[in-house]
Amino acid sequence: MTGVAVVLLTTFLASAVEAVEMVTIVLGVGATRGWRATFAGVGAGLLVLAVVVIAFGLALRATPIGPLRLVIGTLLLIFGLQWFRKGVRRVAAHGLAGLRLRAADEPPEWIGDGFDWTAFVLAFKGVVLEGLEVAFIVVSFGVNAGQLGPAVIGGVAALVVVAAIGAALRGLVTQIPRSLLQLVVGILLTTFGTFWSLEGLGVAWPASDGAILGLLALYLLTAATFITIERRRAFGYSPGT
Amino acid sequence: MFLLSWLIGFGRFWYGFIIGDDWTVAAAILAGLIVTAILNSRGVAAWWLVPVIVVVMVGVSLRRASRA
Repeated sequence: MTGVAVVLLTTFLASAVEAVEMVTIVLGVGATRGWRATFAGVGAGLLVLAVVVIAFGLALRATPIGPLRLVIGTLLLIFGLQWFRKGVRRVAAHGLAGLRLRAADEPPEWIGDGFDWTAFVLAFKGVVLEGLEVAFIVVSFGVNAGQLGPAVIGGVAALVVVAAIGAALRGLVTQIPRSLLQLVVGILLTTFGTFWSLEGLGVAWPASDGAILGLLALYLLTAATFITIERRRAFGYSPGT
Repeated sequence: MFLLSWLIGFGRFWYGFIIGDDWTVAAAILAGLIVTAILNSRGVAAWWLVPVIVVVMVGVSLRRASRA
């Protein structure tokens, strides 16, 4: 494989990992809170990202990504825990019947007349942080390999491909009951928030990015345990009965 | 007057966004991050601390909510 192909493939795969995190957050927030404010957040995030990339260019390598991860990760972690707890309570209350509810049968999370700033901020932060990481990967790989052009193509291609997959899954995700979706998104935000905030502190995770899967498994188990406990507390029986 | 009400609304949004309905969860997470930073600076592996706090605080907060 030529040097150009190696740089192209490496930046594509590395950027795709970040893009998956970005699209996961956008998809979850949009399906739970509504798409108007979420897409506005995505648009604003991409605009800020474009301005930063154009203004700083190669100097992006000096971006203080650590403090940014700490701040955004902490905010997502604390916010994600709110949805985590609400999701556990709602799924415990609805039980297996709740899982069969159609999304349209449940009240929407956002019913106000104004603009949903929560959805906007969540989507905006996810796009800016992950987009900056993609830009950072592209610039670092491209400059170090002397192949900035292929690196940019790899990064942009990853964003386009992952965004297209996310758009294709959008209809599927909106079929999931909101109480369950809120729990799942809460767990995802808590997982990424935990990972990013500690990375921002300079903590070395065991298995590096693989720790995200470990955290996800831990929080899924936690949710399942507390749903069982909440149902026993409320109804005196387990979800299976 | 408009500016004041906008600032109050802005402040309420961020309080609701960050703190939410249980401030003890946010406080515990911040305390966990500070302790993790201190331990990390002394070379102690402390990646496990915040996940443990998350699990414990979810349980504590849910119990408090169901009692209320």
